[in-house]
Amino acid sequence: MYKATVIVKRRPTILDPQGKAAEQGAKLLGFDNVLNTRIGKYIEFNIDTDDEKAAEKEVKEYSEKLLSNPIMEDFEFHLDKVE
Amino acid sequence: MKPKFGIVTFPGSNCDYDAFYAVKKVLNYDAQFLWHKDDGFDNLDVIILPGGFSYGDYLRTGAIARFSPIMEKVLNFAENGGIVLGICNGFQILLESGLLPGTMQVNESLKFVCKDIYLKVENNDTPFTRAIKSDTIKIPVKHGEGNYYTDTKTVAELEKNDQIVFRYSSKTGKVSKEHNPNGSISNIAGIINKKQNVMGMMPHPENACDPVLRKTDGQYIFKSIVESLLN
Repeated sequence: MYKATVIVKRRPTILDPQGKAAEQGAKLLGFDNVLNTRIGKYIEFNIDTDDEKAAEKEVKEYSEKLLSNPIMEDFEFHLDKVE
Repeated sequence: MKPKFGIVTFPGSNCDYDAFYAVKKVLNYDAQFLWHKDDGFDNLDVIILPGGFSYGDYLRTGAIARFSPIMEKVLNFAENGGIVLGICNGFQILLESGLLPGTMQVNESLKFVCKDIYLKVENNDTPFTRAIKSDTIKIPVKHGEGNYYTDTKTVAELEKNDQIVFRYSSKTGKVSKEHNPNGSISNIAGIINKKQNVMGMMPHPENACDPVLRKTDGQYIFKSIVESLLN
């Protein structure tokens, strides 16, 4: 079995209102050096196969079809073998 | 022939009854509910994907509803020229399903917006707008993620093909940032596909139908659809 970790990020050119709001909060708290806050998604799940290639394919398709929106988001993932 | 509307209820839809009420009780057309797990429907002329928070807006608005069993039938229906209207969350589902281009983001203000707004009618030569005789109509919006986004190339294409149906505007039809409730690119409030049988709009026409509410411009949308089907 593999554990998959997927990170979904907004494309750098796309406005991120949540990141902007968090950064305004950071300034209020006095974190003056905080810049370019971007908020994305962290998703983890298991893939019930021992075939790494098959696991990779499934994670990629799941990420493309559902977990991310290709119009405004990119994703990256990695797999860890688990018992 | 009496056109028949089908209104899809997803888990988390909350404007399905409003749409049913407007179509059936106010306008006296035939209407029935469809459940998102239904795997088919017959003898329907119009499908409405209503507003609400399908699947709690988890992941992205409309992202999970798009894979409900009934959506496959809705896609087929649209492909065969059937009339599909997506309102608010229904619009978001149409975007996720690829029937219309673009995506929705959180409102620029980060606030949920709920108020009556004016829409400039950019194209009144569609099956959804042909009964509209005025330059603007007044319809309420109520959403947190109605900030329509697509790349500038797609916006240009939408413009060129007259696919932008509504833009947020002043009462007299002035389109400006001041009258944009959510930050949508190019003040876009509603778009249609090239074949003109699928429209998505953020404002809620079903909430501007009953005369008791003292606003009835939403009726034009449903009347246009019926007029188109009968002609």
